[in-house]
Amino acid sequence: MKYSASMFARRILLFCFLLVGLALNKPAAAQTRQVPLVKLAHLQKYLNSTSDTTYVINFWATWCKPCIEELPNFEAVQKQYAGQPVHVVLVSMDFAKDLEKKVIPFVTRRQLKSTAFLLDEPDQNAWIDTVDPSWSGAIPATLLVNNRRKQRIFLEKPLTLAQLQEHLTTKFSHNP
Amino acid sequence: MRKPYYFLLVLSVLTLFTAYRFADTGYQVGDTASDFKLKNVNGQMVSLKDQKEAKGFIVTFTCNTCPYAKLYEDRLIQLHQKYAPKGYPVIAINPNDATASPGDSFAEMQQRAKSKKFPFVYLHDESQEIAKRYGATRTPHLYILTRNGQDLKVSYIGAIDDNSGDPEKVQKRYAEAALDNLLSGKAVPQPTTKAIGCTIKWRNNS
Repeated sequence: MKYSASMFARRILLFCFLLVGLALNKPAAAQTRQVPLVKLAHLQKYLNSTSDTTYVINFWATWCKPCIEELPNFEAVQKQYAGQPVHVVLVSMDFAKDLEKKVIPFVTRRQLKSTAFLLDEPDQNAWIDTVDPSWSGAIPATLLVNNRRKQRIFLEKPLTLAQLQEHLTTKFSHNP
Repeated sequence: MRKPYYFLLVLSVLTLFTAYRFADTGYQVGDTASDFKLKNVNGQMVSLKDQKEAKGFIVTFTCNTCPYAKLYEDRLIQLHQKYAPKGYPVIAINPNDATASPGDSFAEMQQRAKSKKFPFVYLHDESQEIAKRYGATRTPHLYILTRNGQDLKVSYIGAIDDNSGDPEKVQKRYAEAALDNLLSGKAVPQPTTKAIGCTIKWRNNS
């Protein structure tokens, strides 16, 4: 009886340690965000989507100062339109070799919640026009597109939150 | 008194109109490029028409601060070393506003040109007029001009090659292909290309 009681106590203790361990571990696990390395076909799923969703596709990079400055605006829009068919997609133009040491730490540190991936297509000339023929290649650049409603705007400049919201409310019929 | 006033009005409207046109579109391949006079890092003013021996120019909008522009510095040097003797020198132009991007001030440009031992001129487009006229949007952004009598014809607009991140993995040397064709009197097969680059830091960024 005594033996099994102590055994029981030990198990409880072990369980408690496990719980504490899990609790301590959880925030750290949630903090490291995965940013997949993708090819053009992955981006095209968003570009060519026919669902009634407005995709806000932003092209940025960790080395691009105006891009980093406007990122919170995209995060705010994603939060504002939570539960609505508005989907922010952050497409990193960083080099694939910088994924682990720059992009993932950046996305984690900034606690970015929007969909994010790194487009690993070094011959940019081969795909820039498929995003928008008017794009010269300068970043930041943003495409707002809803193929179902045949609506699209391409903007090759940094955007304020007010500008983003205005485009979404006046050009795309989504009202928050 | 009224006539000159109207004349001025019409003139300013026209000027505005052309300014907008340039700001909006800039040069296309086949257009005639205008000359400019910009200050080189050595303090001297440089214009294209002064260089009578040149067959053309590799006008490159670049800067000190953009990582992509920096990745291309060595390749720009190689391009100049290869093509300047053949008549196509590199003319590097920094169009970034020094207030918006302090690392692109004239003093910083002089520093960069010195430390990288630029064999080409590195000009300061302080008013940003030349970048606007050409329609440059990013750094690096390349315009190959070919002399055609008194005129300079835009023969190529775009990227240097197809891999900014890794010179070892370059497969398509767009600018070199254009230059080789021009030098042998042939048409440029791919006269415009695109690449990711840093937005030019315009004054009073709007």
